[in-house]
Amino acid sequence: MNSVIQEALAHNKSGNLISILKEVQDQRVDLSKDVMMEIARNTGVSFSEVYEIATFYSFISTDPLGKNIIRICKSIPCFLKSSDVIVATIKKELGIKPGEITSDKKFSFHLTNCIGACDMAPAMMINKKRYGNLTPDKVAKILGEYK
Amino acid sequence: MPEKRVVLKNCGVVDPGNIDSYLANGGFIALDKTISMTPADVIDELKKSGLRGRGGAGFPTGLKWEMTNKAPGDEKYVLCNVDEGEVGTFKDRYIIQNDPFSLVEGIAIASYTVGAKKAYIYLRAEYNEYKDGLQNAINQSNEKGYLQKAGVDIEIFEGAGAYICGEESALIESIEGKRGEVRYRPPFPPTEGLWKKPTVIDNTETLMNIPRIMSEGAEWFSQMGVDRSKGTKVFSICGDVQKPGVYELVMGTPLRELVEGLAGAENVKMVQIGGASGRVVPYENIDTPLSFETVLGAGGVMVFNQSRDIIKIINMNMEFFAEESCGKCFPCREGTKRLFEIVTRFSEHKAKVRDIQALEDLSETMMLSSLCGLGQAAPNSLMDTLKFYRSEYESRIQ
Repeated sequence: MNSVIQEALAHNKSGNLISILKEVQDQRVDLSKDVMMEIARNTGVSFSEVYEIATFYSFISTDPLGKNIIRICKSIPCFLKSSDVIVATIKKELGIKPGEITSDKKFSFHLTNCIGACDMAPAMMINKKRYGNLTPDKVAKILGEYK
Repeated sequence: MPEKRVVLKNCGVVDPGNIDSYLANGGFIALDKTISMTPADVIDELKKSGLRGRGGAGFPTGLKWEMTNKAPGDEKYVLCNVDEGEVGTFKDRYIIQNDPFSLVEGIAIASYTVGAKKAYIYLRAEYNEYKDGLQNAINQSNEKGYLQKAGVDIEIFEGAGAYICGEESALIESIEGKRGEVRYRPPFPPTEGLWKKPTVIDNTETLMNIPRIMSEGAEWFSQMGVDRSKGTKVFSICGDVQKPGVYELVMGTPLRELVEGLAGAENVKMVQIGGASGRVVPYENIDTPLSFETVLGAGGVMVFNQSRDIIKIINMNMEFFAEESCGKCFPCREGTKRLFEIVTRFSEHKAKVRDIQALEDLSETMMLSSLCGLGQAAPNSLMDTLKFYRSEYESRIQ
């Protein structure tokens, strides 16, 4: 854990907490209280200053995240193209609801607001990759690539 | 009227990964021309063009650059807003995918003009997939010496998922490593922006217009459009349409041309223009010309056919704002939650007799007293639908 934090700090000498937290999280070190305290100690800010960043931005989580983070768009354009069917598909394929993480920690599942993929709705992100024109079959196939 | 691709002229024509392709299509001619002019003359040209911001607010670009140029101090910044979080809006995404060099050139021209040695492209986290393409365009422009000519270093800053960071002062707070909370204004960014230094912050599409205006001239640009809406506007259209996508039209083009002509929509009930915070246009007004004077926003267009439940749509809009409010000012922090709560009652056919009045009072209060455009514009679709579809709401009262 410590080496991940040290690396993130070294890459972000400006001390930008958003970038630091994202980088630590990208290495799948959960942003627990201890980790946030360590970051606070090393950047000369208070714990609450780290916590307030971690809780403001939707792509930063204080809960454990899966190895693969699935974000399904729930905004209107995707809704018009049956995003609810895609949500149900993921629920079925992985056995978890939005906000939950699989027991093997391979996947966590989240609903997110408009990701700007409305011309290929319904759409989702897995980690940094975007997928659109989704159907239940396509989703099952995509998940298979990550399983 | 067909599309008029001015901003998008290189999309699908120039190889977005290759600067030589860009140069062969007139790339960086505008920058070369600009650096032979004084900043004051560049600003003059921009003011003459009538270019206004394309991110939704429509502030005159020439005036913004002039204020920043004139502000005292050597440390100045240019920020390019690619936070594009407005629902149904993906025009800036299309731009950075297909013509990142024009954007780099626009940023370079802006930096030269206001005297900024550092520029940031604020890229929303959801667009991380397009980061490499943008960085590549910056790198190649640098290698060929264009950024040195303009005297600027361009860096990409990535967001972390917050709609409010599309608001200029929240965006600045975010680059400073803080919560994206809106600042009290004045002072405004041209005098005190990033790190309290003079800062120009412009939308992606606004900056895309810059090389076009500097090469073709202000007069050419101002001959397109209507009233105080000069030039073209790039729209992204989605929802109940056959051909969702990105289209560019001369300002003043009727909405029908976009919705039915280009996107092939049929059986339209209503259109929302400008995202979740946008204005609602019922089909009976489909010939409304698109301009700052009428309806525009950032150019995100959502089309709803006759099968759609209006209250459900508005409920989703209200939920969006309740989630995305930065929480700093109470009219918005509390108001967005109450709007969502009350509209949910309508959605469940459990509205109370006084709920319509409550929605109207609350909306007026938020429009008058919210700190920024989020709280001020959140009630737009609610107010528009109460005006055009009041009976829908009334029928849901218990």
